[in-house]
Amino acid sequence: MVIVLAFLTGGLYACGLYMMMRRSIVKLIMGLALLSYATNLLIFTVGGLTRAAPPLVPEGETVPPVPFADPVPQALILTAIVIGFGVLAFAVVLIEQTHRSVGTDDSNNLRGIEGES
Amino acid sequence: MKATEKRHAAQSLILLTATRYLVPILLLFSLFLLTRGHNEPGGGFVGGLVAGAAFALYALAHTVHQARLLLRFPPRTLIGTGLLIAVGSGLVALLFQRPFMTGIWSAVELPIFGKLGTPGIFDIGVYIAVLGVILQIIFELMEE
Amino acid sequence: MGLLVLLPLLIPFVTAALALLFWRRHRVQRALGLVGSVGLLLSALVLLVVVWRDGIQVVQLGNWPAPFGITFVADLFSGIMTVLGGIIAVAVVIYSHASVDRLRERFGYYPLLLFLMMGISGSFLTGDIFNLYVWFEVMLMASFVLVAMGNERAQLEGALKYVTINLVSSAIFLTAIGILYGISGTLNMAQLSVQLSQSQQPQMVTVVAMLFLIAFGIKAALFPLFFWLPASYPVAPVAITALFAGLLTKVGVYALIRVFTLLFVQDIGYTHALLLLLAALTMITGVLGAASQNEIRRILSFHIISQIGYMVMGLALFTPLALAGAIFYIIHHIIVKANLFLIGGVVQRLEGSYYLKDLGGLYRSHFGLAVLFLIPAMSLAGIPPLSGFWAKFTLIRASLEENQPVIALVALVVSLLTLFSMTKIWAEVFWKDRPETTPEPAPLSPSARLQLLLPIIALAAITVVIGLMAEPVFILASQAANQLLSPVEYVTAVLGGTP
Repeated sequence: MVIVLAFLTGGLYACGLYMMMRRSIVKLIMGLALLSYATNLLIFTVGGLTRAAPPLVPEGETVPPVPFADPVPQALILTAIVIGFGVLAFAVVLIEQTHRSVGTDDSNNLRGIEGES
Repeated sequence: MKATEKRHAAQSLILLTATRYLVPILLLFSLFLLTRGHNEPGGGFVGGLVAGAAFALYALAHTVHQARLLLRFPPRTLIGTGLLIAVGSGLVALLFQRPFMTGIWSAVELPIFGKLGTPGIFDIGVYIAVLGVILQIIFELMEE
Repeated sequence: MGLLVLLPLLIPFVTAALALLFWRRHRVQRALGLVGSVGLLLSALVLLVVVWRDGIQVVQLGNWPAPFGITFVADLFSGIMTVLGGIIAVAVVIYSHASVDRLRERFGYYPLLLFLMMGISGSFLTGDIFNLYVWFEVMLMASFVLVAMGNERAQLEGALKYVTINLVSSAIFLTAIGILYGISGTLNMAQLSVQLSQSQQPQMVTVVAMLFLIAFGIKAALFPLFFWLPASYPVAPVAITALFAGLLTKVGVYALIRVFTLLFVQDIGYTHALLLLLAALTMITGVLGAASQNEIRRILSFHIISQIGYMVMGLALFTPLALAGAIFYIIHHIIVKANLFLIGGVVQRLEGSYYLKDLGGLYRSHFGLAVLFLIPAMSLAGIPPLSGFWAKFTLIRASLEENQPVIALVALVVSLLTLFSMTKIWAEVFWKDRPETTPEPAPLSPSARLQLLLPIIALAAITVVIGLMAEPVFILASQAANQLLSPVEYVTAVLGGTP
């Protein structure tokens, strides 16, 4: 299972980086999203895979029965997903505004402050 | 107001009818998640997301303007209030000479809510803040 | 007592939340901005005094003991950084009152500034590597909006670059945290320090160290990852640029120093040698880049890069003296660099341009401003007795003690070129005659003049004071450096008696 997830993570990283190399800024944002998904999957895999053993404490006990899945990576991923969602929402608005003011989604036409001088 | 006309044309009877039943159910469900959150799976965060989904659905079926009226407070105010409630619940612990955010439980047992304590209040703060953030983003994007 | 460590976070947080409630009342927002930043500064000062007197302060949030709970730690280094953050915040808020337009104020300029300050303080005070990521993101989200706000074309383009590069850096940072958790099973920095020193897989640790180097290198604008900085910093309003220039890259440097003193000290021969090389290249590229520019903000932006090189050089040499030099350098640099941007903003306000060719004659028309520019500019170049001289002197002495004459030579040459850049601005903006084509200067209202000049005068005064009373500041810096170099103290403070 780990090997499948490892390849999947690698594939997602590759796709994300490829998308970021494209000139279209829409694809750039999609690449960034893929990159963050790849990272989440990596944390999930590296944290160790334990199937069908949620870390829940049964009624009347103080520790969950072993073996149980490590909850920390899942908590990290949840946090990362939330942050990623916020950043992505902002990025979408940003490219929308940029597209409106520049009139293109080709990153070659973005000159920034150098374009002024 | 071209945008609103277009939206009215796109209104479907199915969506409108479904919304009428779904919005109250979603809101109730979000409160259910909120009230059990401090002891069992659930909590202010998911609760806030579900409530946000209810208002977003309403905004889709009707208009953003009407959804804002339904919400009554601007989302921004909700964010601020929620954050302040959450911090406030953390500060309660200081009165008991404990570190910030330590859970303080009272002996009072409420019917649905369960034991009253600062983690529950923290959850309420999170619920309001998350609802505010989600609607702030969705309303802004829909009004573009 | 534990609340004290959290106050630099809670004060900006609460004032920002209040500012959200008073969205339409810009006077209230301004007042809250001032209250939040002054509160931040005062609490940070008290924190620093307490840490100096009683040693490292630790808070376990929610009373969950480390390494299970969320830990906040204030040692001398984080205390110093938080105080610097407070100083810049106060200066920028006062400056913003007169320089930020109504539109930005309406779109939440002050709450965002306060959230940014919260993220910065959080990064300095956290004792947990994942929380460091979260605070970085808080800081970045606020900075994204502050850069993009205003919707001018150049601004959006600069913001897009800034957002993209920072998201890539965050993704790498998060990947590194994931792998670190995989090999050590903890995220608490104190426990990580213990675990990594006993690690069975030293090569893996070095790999993670390199990931952290790239992630923080991007944030700190280290060679060869600096290219985004001159493209994105100058597009924001100048008060924001000053804040970013002073603090944001330094948060990256702080994180570098923290992880490369506490966590990754297994293979110093490799990691720190690499850092030294990068430091030299960063200094050179930064200063050469600056020499080719002819716009004030871009010259100063390139100088940020070259100055980062000095700080990383102190870290790379890894002796008590060198680290003390690096910390001294950070203290000096944050104040001077923010001040130079603020002065650049005043020049633009007076003459309507940042381009050297459009400017001139300010020495004759605004003598006071010329003096105020000279203080931080000469300090940046390292002219005695100003603060920059002592910072550079310490670093160069440390490198000679370590038998690294090459880096000492690089540091000297770069500081000479810095002097060249500063005299270029001086000659073009202040000394040469005013170009005929430039429109008449716009007069400032008395209140605007006060709000613009007060922070500049205060920061210039701090520079002079640090220069004249270098001894106590240096003792503080070397104490902080000693703390950094003996992680045992940090670990016992966090984990209690059982390291």
